[in-house]
Amino acid sequence: MKYDIKKLYEAGSLDEAISLLEEHPEAKIIAGGSDILISVRAGELAGCTLVSIYGLDDLRGVTLETDGTIRIGSLTSFSNIARNEIINKYIPYLGEAAGSVGGPQVRNIGTIGGNTCNGVTSADTASTLLALDAILEVKGKDGYRSIPIKDWYIKSKLVDLKPTEVQTSILIPKESYEGYFGNYYKYSMRHAMDIATCGCSVNVKLSADKKTVEDVRIAYGVAGPVPLRATTAEAAVKGRAVDLDMLELFSEKVKDDINPRTSWRASKEFRTHLMTELARRCLTESIRRSGGIFQ
Amino acid sequence: MSDIQYKEITFTVNGKERSVMIDVRSSLLEVLRNKLHLHSVKKGCEVGECGACTVLIDGEPFDSCIYLAVWAEGKDILTVEGLMGADGSISDIQQAFIDEAAVQCGFCTPGLIMTSYSILADGKRYTRDELRQKLAGNMCRCTGYHNIINAVENIMLKRIEEAEVKDS
Amino acid sequence: MSVGKSIKRVDAFDKVTGRAQYTADLCDERALIAKVLPSTIAHGRVKSMDTSEAEKVKGVVKVITCFEVPQVPFPTAGHPWTTDPEHQDIADRLLLNEHVRYYGDEIALVIAEDEISAKQALDKIMVEYEEYPHVLDPLESMKPGAPLIHEEISPNNVLASSSSRVGNYEEAIKEEGLTKVEGWYHLPTVQHAHLEPNVCYAYMEKERVVVVTSTQIPHIVRRVVGQANCLPWGDVRIVKPYIGGGFGNKQDALWEPLCAFASRSVGGRLVMIDTTREETFVNNRVRHSMHAHLTSWLRPDGSLVARKLKLYSDQGAYASHGHSVTAKAMGSVNQIYPCDNFEADSYTVYTNKQVGGAMRAYGMPQATFFTEAHTEDICQKMNLDPLEFRRKNSMPEGYVDDFSKNVNYYDTYNQLMDKAIEMTDYEEKRKLYAQPQTGPVRRGIGMSLFWYNTGVWPISIETSACRMVLNQDGSIQLQLGETEIGQGADTAFSQMAASAVGIPVEDVNIVSTQDTDVTPFGLGAYASRQTYVAGFSINQTGTLLKERILQNAHRYVRMPVELLDLVNGKIVRKSDGKELMSLCDLALNVLYCHEQGNHITAESTYQVKSNAYSFGVSVAEVEIDIPLCKVEILDICNVHDAGNLINPQTAEAQVHGGMSMSIGYGLYEQLLYDEETGRVLNDNLLDYKLSTSMDHPDMKVAFIENTEPTSPFGTRALGEPPACSPAVAIRNAILQATGVPFNTLPITPQRLYEGFAEAGLLESDFETNSRREHYDRTRDELNHKSQETA
Ligand SMILES: Cc1cc2nc3c(=O)[nH]c(=O)nc-3n(C[C@H](O)[C@H](O)[C@H](O)COP(=O)(O)OP(=O)(O)OC[C@H]3O[C@@H](n4cnc5c(N)ncnc54)[C@H](O)[C@@H]3O)c2cc1C
Ligand code: FES
Ligand code: FES
Repeated sequence: MKYDIKKLYEAGSLDEAISLLEEHPEAKIIAGGSDILISVRAGELAGCTLVSIYGLDDLRGVTLETDGTIRIGSLTSFSNIARNEIINKYIPYLGEAAGSVGGPQVRNIGTIGGNTCNGVTSADTASTLLALDAILEVKGKDGYRSIPIKDWYIKSKLVDLKPTEVQTSILIPKESYEGYFGNYYKYSMRHAMDIATCGCSVNVKLSADKKTVEDVRIAYGVAGPVPLRATTAEAAVKGRAVDLDMLELFSEKVKDDINPRTSWRASKEFRTHLMTELARRCLTESIRRSGGIFQ
Repeated sequence: MSDIQYKEITFTVNGKERSVMIDVRSSLLEVLRNKLHLHSVKKGCEVGECGACTVLIDGEPFDSCIYLAVWAEGKDILTVEGLMGADGSISDIQQAFIDEAAVQCGFCTPGLIMTSYSILADGKRYTRDELRQKLAGNMCRCTGYHNIINAVENIMLKRIEEAEVKDS
Repeated sequence: MSVGKSIKRVDAFDKVTGRAQYTADLCDERALIAKVLPSTIAHGRVKSMDTSEAEKVKGVVKVITCFEVPQVPFPTAGHPWTTDPEHQDIADRLLLNEHVRYYGDEIALVIAEDEISAKQALDKIMVEYEEYPHVLDPLESMKPGAPLIHEEISPNNVLASSSSRVGNYEEAIKEEGLTKVEGWYHLPTVQHAHLEPNVCYAYMEKERVVVVTSTQIPHIVRRVVGQANCLPWGDVRIVKPYIGGGFGNKQDALWEPLCAFASRSVGGRLVMIDTTREETFVNNRVRHSMHAHLTSWLRPDGSLVARKLKLYSDQGAYASHGHSVTAKAMGSVNQIYPCDNFEADSYTVYTNKQVGGAMRAYGMPQATFFTEAHTEDICQKMNLDPLEFRRKNSMPEGYVDDFSKNVNYYDTYNQLMDKAIEMTDYEEKRKLYAQPQTGPVRRGIGMSLFWYNTGVWPISIETSACRMVLNQDGSIQLQLGETEIGQGADTAFSQMAASAVGIPVEDVNIVSTQDTDVTPFGLGAYASRQTYVAGFSINQTGTLLKERILQNAHRYVRMPVELLDLVNGKIVRKSDGKELMSLCDLALNVLYCHEQGNHITAESTYQVKSNAYSFGVSVAEVEIDIPLCKVEILDICNVHDAGNLINPQTAEAQVHGGMSMSIGYGLYEQLLYDEETGRVLNDNLLDYKLSTSMDHPDMKVAFIENTEPTSPFGTRALGEPPACSPAVAIRNAILQATGVPFNTLPITPQRLYEGFAEAGLLESDFETNSRREHYDRTRDELNHKSQETA
């Protein structure tokens, strides 16, 4: 089977990729291709020009920088994230999210860069990255830029990526993860090979005595056109005691932030119900992982 | 069709180095099936959903339908054809698929065998649920997966046992 | 005797090595590629089509529009033909359709040198439509004023209807003290989703057209290709290699008539139609969606007094198998629970949707669902024990069906239920889960019975022809028109042939490929007929071959034929089993004999004029997480009585597959439609929720082997039956767990949400403790998951 691609350019280096994009402004970047090739075949992108960055091995892998920042190369595959030691030690819930994508084969080809550049609300790693206040590093003809993930999403399928820019890394600063415990719950119709009906990522930082919520962050996939944070809920329980009332308040408050819609996949009411239930469960689990004690 | 872009790629397929001139629009599936005539690689959906086209690339399972053939440059590709010994012998996994009646129409079988092959390569012990998770990218409509999981589990246990006997 | 043994499948080695050749593997890569243009409206007419731009695309060889095909409607159903015009399948389809009847209907064909050129050309065809309103539901479609889909065939969109009357319903319900239970049940449109999408290629040899295709029914397809192309049937040759599953979809002429036409339109060049997964969902066949309304009248002791069924079946845009499926479903109710007063009316109705055809178990998964869901609804309403109800009311030993003349020779249902109860602890669990459950996580266990026919007699003809050819070494070639489609038919045939002839099974070489030029006439794989029906022709032909072998042996061993036998490849003396000569020596000597050289062969056709009941039961145990609206199957078990098993291991594998399909029917699978346009929304394997390996528990299977007296091998249907009952057993388990009856399949999380919300289960403030406990469980599950990813 052949793809209806007009022209394919294979970049040998990051800078070559940028100049190829400059020379061919109509070209799209292809990383693992697990979104792009599907669109080419479906006709939406038939006849397009592609710049392949798949060969840029420098953009693969996870490293821990001296200041404690975790740097994830944009081309790192879901499988590599899910089984990476650094990830599993400091942010295992990102590993959970990466491990929940599609099936083993898709996890081998799909990249975390693609999962954030596609601007898709159901992207499984996106909500966890949002809940971690990740920073996205991009490089274009004018050099590098760093974009906090909360500013990254413009609208459905559109992100803050300028022409000629390639996303190079995803950074998780130390203060974003140190002392936090979290988890990701993907709600889908099947246990594998499925797109999230709703994804919920929570992480929490408890007081030293484990009795108070010092900080909590919750992000959803499919609660709106792009991944979103439930900031009202977060604010409502910060500083509160770890107890069932806090849990109820948290799950009630997320309703102020989320805005799921009815589609043929699920109704707004059902998604809303799920999101409140998942808020409760994911927070409970995050607290448990933090060693928290319910009063 | 003069503007078709061609490229020669060199890669290892089933242990042999091959150089092939390909149309850059080709998926790896296309090259393996139509250029190299490795017909065990099946096409069930062309979009990475069914796993019938699974091959191992550097030991890991990939859906060859959504893998551009140009990316295979320098890679090591393994298909079911590559599991047969020079004397016509087959791997223990293939034999287990036969013995456990894990084959029905057989269309998913080569893909499932390749995924199983990669799962068992590390010699680790997995639970049935873990095996289910690792096989979840290969769909099968005929078997309900039951006998497939039996086949993979049996070989896993057998290999572990053999390794233990060797050790002791 | 090789029958009854779990020998390894005869095709397994080829399939695990990738050596087995399927249609696409055989096609020359230089084939022209044909692609169809799907309509972008659900109902209307193609007013005009401009193909000039498409024709200019480099690589395009020819464009054929709906205005250029023979205006001769043909039938597509894979039924045996009949010469009685009254009973012939309805011919309502053209190769390409100017009257568009569903979204995606085939309106033009591009033949090009490669796929990309073909696709590019499709995009350039300009179509002008006259649009009509469309209708997607059979109940709507029957209403006066609904848009007419086949005016020439039906004035009200009803393709066909039929009724059944037993006793006197109206009189019977006058009895005092009866309880009335009634309910609507809704079944979705689902698709076979065999892993190999449909593919065929055609070319011409002399004046004849050859089609190599992934089909279950080569001889029937030959007839349909002939009908559609207005060719004498002998001018068509169909070749069927290995196929990647069919499940009834390929029991229809699908693309073969068009592919033959395409090749004929380009001078007989090789043309391939290699369809996509999307086309497999949209342009093939589906299982009929149905609405059923059942009313039952019962005495306080749970005995059935009268029943009424109204059944509405969604045929989709073309007749295909049509009312046969609906009629079968209707006929099921009063056999499984015979009732003296029974009234049923069923309608098969055209809609602007995917075409209903044959799908594994042909109407019975639908019938089993509404009948057995209704059983438990009755028991819930009347506070009866469903097990007792089934023991009391289900088809008793000695029951004879008036029409098929099928007999329940044994106390089958009680035997089956006893076995299933033992395997699942049904009774203890039923009691345990009957105690009040108040937490967010609840459990239930449910059951379902079903029955199935074997083959299509007496509705249609049942014949099978078999050829056996003896080789020099005493082995034989075995040829049948009955096909291997993954179910293991070739293995069962080989075992039966070995037993019938008296040779080791390794000495049977089954010719797996059917080629209508060479293969004896046979009808193919459907109605779970093959092992039963081919059993007769194999037995008859094997006996014939053996007779000829022994007659020839007589010349060498000088003993009367009556005193000889062929056992395990040896000519033996009957009286004491003494080996006189090996078949190998005999075959060699006879073939090359100077005086009287002879090639020993046998061929015969058997017409079967009987049918046989096949029975089974399912038990499912589930756990429901109410706030999450999720069902987990904890245990699932099928017990079958398919008579004597030819190969227990492949039989069990067959049951696994059917159970899997039914789990999907119960919980996951449905084709969804955009109401506004009639377009299928989920025509791919990501959105059509075919079960993955993570969506099933392990499956338990057992058999009761009551010999079928009418079969030479004591066997009856097994291919389709496993797909009948698991779905409703799951539904019944959910009912026990939550008290909520889900009467629409599949029971998706969305439906669970709606059902639980209506029942007030979502507001309930689950006791804190149980909620805690429950979170602990979730935690364990999550931990488990994270370990897996790590
Ligand atoms: C069968 C199947 C199942 C799937 N299941 C899931 C699932 O469960 N969960 C999920 O989240 N996703 C799923 N996906 C979608 C897909 O795998 C992911 O979105 C993946 O992250 C895409 O990564 P990629 O590298 O393959 O992307 P590509 O297709 O190469 O690119 C995606 C988009 O991002 C752009 N892009 C990619 N990398 C960069 C970069 N470094 N810089 C700038 N732009 C870039 C591309 O131009 C394109 O627009 C599935 C896909 C398939 C085919
Ligand atoms: S054909 Fe590649 S995954 Fe289906
Ligand atoms: S054996 Fe047929 S799809 Fe798996």
